[in-house]
Amino acid sequence: MEEKDNLICYKNGLRDGVPIMLGYFAVALSVGIVARNTGLNVLQATISSAMLNASAGQFAAYTLISTWAGFAECVVMMFVVNSRYLLMSCALSQKFKADEPLINRLVVAYFITDEFFGLSVVQKPYLNPYYTFGLITVASPAWTLGTTVGVVMGNVLPASVVSALGVSLFGMFLAIIIPPARKDKVIRLLVVVSMAASFALARVSCVSSGMRIIILTIVIAAVAAFLFPLKEETI
Amino acid sequence: MKHSIYLYILVMWAATYLIRVLPLTLMRREITNKRIKAFLYYVPYVTLAVMTFPAILESSCGLIPSLAAFAAAVALAWFGGNLIQVAALCCAVAFLLQFIC
Repeated sequence: MEEKDNLICYKNGLRDGVPIMLGYFAVALSVGIVARNTGLNVLQATISSAMLNASAGQFAAYTLISTWAGFAECVVMMFVVNSRYLLMSCALSQKFKADEPLINRLVVAYFITDEFFGLSVVQKPYLNPYYTFGLITVASPAWTLGTTVGVVMGNVLPASVVSALGVSLFGMFLAIIIPPARKDKVIRLLVVVSMAASFALARVSCVSSGMRIIILTIVIAAVAAFLFPLKEETI
Repeated sequence: MKHSIYLYILVMWAATYLIRVLPLTLMRREITNKRIKAFLYYVPYVTLAVMTFPAILESSCGLIPSLAAFAAAVALAWFGGNLIQVAALCCAVAFLLQFIC
């Protein structure tokens, strides 16, 4: 009976994963382009996508690699840039059955991204990990493969096209932060302040771009958390 | 000191996986502290904003095309464009203006 449930959940996951697959492939193309522009080869870029599973995290990673940052800075940066996964992992931990095997938890954790999380966390009454496994089966290879194709495209396309494709990753970041900024005054303020502060600090050449991201994120988010605590269940 | 790129990826993978796996394996209770929740909620917006600007201006398209791509992306995202549409417009503006500017 339980195995039959698992199979149904897995198939549902396969079905729901298709839109994620398409989106991942498109985003991964520009991640591959950025990785290539940073100096990573096809193998390195592909491995980074298979291991990190994070668009913003990988962009930060490439920034750090390009400046040969120290490992301590890399670790802190990953903690900061990916800290929302900590929150998602906490939320998912509430959705598992208490006796869910460790191996299932380890696998789902590896693949916590905005999209897999978003679909998994709304499963009721609890999350059958086979649903998430279904999502992963369909969409995750598209992320890795898209990165591979992105690097190859970067190598064969003209420089003007490659430059423009590299900019599109920023377009995606903006597509993530601008709609909530329109709805929520606090987020709007945070986005404007963050960009202004980032611009100002970038002119001070003694701060590396990695350090700038870490410092500004911690300071601005901490001040915002102090000034504007969340009213209700926003997440 | 220059490390191998593979070593960089391994270090950053370990840090990233640690963040994802610890709550899911160890936590049985939800975070209730309002300030910590608010902090974790705001972080992605701040990080993405800081990472986007002014980095987008330093792209190899040149200053004016990058700035125009930035403005176009913000405008379309504001008026309801989805992820792919915004990325495509951003890319198209940066591409076309390279030949004019």
